Amino acid sequence: MLIKKPADIRPSEITDPVAYAGRRAFLQAAAALGVGMVAGPAAALVKVPGKGEAMAGLVDTPYGDELELTGYEHVTGYNNFYEFGTGKDDPARNAHTLQTRPWSIVVDGECEAPGEIGIEDILKAFPQEERIYRLRCVEAWAMVVPWVGFPLGSLLGRFKPTSKANYVAFETLVDPQQMPGQRRAVLDWPYREGLRMDEAMHPLTILATGLYGELLPNQNGAPLRLVVPWKYGFKSIKSIVRISFSQTLPETTWWKLAPHEYGFYANVNPGVDHPRWSQARHRLIGEGLFSSKHSTQMFNGYADEVADLYRGMDLAKFY
Amino acid sequence: MQPIHTSDRWLRFVAKPMLFMACLVPFALLVQGVLDGDLGANPLERVTDVTGQWGLRFLLLTLAVTPLRRLTGWNRLLRFRRMLGLFVFFYISLHFLTWVWLDQELNWGNITADIAKRPFVTVGFTAWLLLLSLAATSTRGMMRRLGRNWQRLHRAVYAVGVLGVLHYIWLVKADLLQPLIYTGVLALLLLVRWRPRLFHGALSLGRPINVR
Repeated sequence: MLIKKPADIRPSEITDPVAYAGRRAFLQAAAALGVGMVAGPAAALVKVPGKGEAMAGLVDTPYGDELELTGYEHVTGYNNFYEFGTGKDDPARNAHTLQTRPWSIVVDGECEAPGEIGIEDILKAFPQEERIYRLRCVEAWAMVVPWVGFPLGSLLGRFKPTSKANYVAFETLVDPQQMPGQRRAVLDWPYREGLRMDEAMHPLTILATGLYGELLPNQNGAPLRLVVPWKYGFKSIKSIVRISFSQTLPETTWWKLAPHEYGFYANVNPGVDHPRWSQARHRLIGEGLFSSKHSTQMFNGYADEVADLYRGMDLAKFY
Repeated sequence: MQPIHTSDRWLRFVAKPMLFMACLVPFALLVQGVLDGDLGANPLERVTDVTGQWGLRFLLLTLAVTPLRRLTGWNRLLRFRRMLGLFVFFYISLHFLTWVWLDQELNWGNITADIAKRPFVTVGFTAWLLLLSLAATSTRGMMRRLGRNWQRLHRAVYAVGVLGVLHYIWLVKADLLQPLIYTGVLALLLLVRWRPRLFHGALSLGRPINVR
């Protein structure tokens, strides 16, 4: 089922980069004059909170400039990362044991140039962009996160996927010493996720290396995680150690655990309920107890960019 | 003045009010959290979780009264049972109200649809209805009026226990540890009641012991 509700941003509304640069210059001039930019939409790069290692040379992008950011303390304090415990505050408390250096990612499967790439090489080789995206959890809550990262497609291209590469599979690290949540079989470790090749190559799909202008905190999936903004959060696998091209549909963690509740596609869709709750509305993290919910948008508001990927598919069946 | 009276008075004017205040502590902390805006990133989730968990804890405490009485021989424990039971109703009503008002935003169409089609909601709602009927008949007057039926009706508390842990088991995504702890304690409390012989030897639980 396709809901023909327009997304709130159309590509035509996204600011032309030239105009954007002009706006930046204007705002910088305004700032120089002492005109404050308090609580306005992000004008340039997001202000760094000074909690982690700041990333230099970030590329500004217009993605999500109109969105109001979720506070840093919530973005880094309210996480689903079962490798560090099933409570939302467990990852922030427990993830300090994760060693993110050295770190390398194995890329294999249906490709001509399988290999391994280190996180430092990744940070050097790919221009790191700031992109503000909505994040919608399958549990009916949402955030707005200023990610730092780069298109997944540009990494995948280096390994020369063959014509047999229909899907891309991802795996998180398994190490119960570093990831205490893995000492119990809460999930079938390693955490695994996957995308169809066209979804993986889509320009909105990024690998994130940071947030709020700083290197990714451990609890958010350091040193490298996937971000697919039009899908429920569980698709955006954290602390990746392996990427494999595959001809067949890869098995993914939540889908295997409860196939009637979590599909392979997991596209944000207000018209298809989770069996135990409605997905029509969500709560925005950081708002008070008595504030009302927000209507969830088809593809989390990215329908104009991604709806074509699913043309002709019954999204109630392929949920 | 005979000692038994002193003890009665102590029970009425000291022990019971103290227990009453203690039972209100989780609620008071919640109210303070609301006022301070200090309920974390997802306050709705926190309130739902806290009220549900305390409802279940008070339910297990209520069910523990009789076995404890037998274990300790202190029959006056029975005098606290109604209060504990009413606190189960109090916390589960808050839990239900949170869902109806803050989660479902008083959308009655959605509320009735959810109760009808989502088993974990159906089970939770049924448990609340049973609690409502138990709370409504908890007075001395109702007890007298219902006679033998009162006890029959109030056996529904076991059903509330089973529905309550089922509700919890069905709502978690993957980690069953916490709901299974509640289930284990509930199973133990029910076994002590229905199969007291299993516990002979280890504890003298077979019959009430009147040491006083």
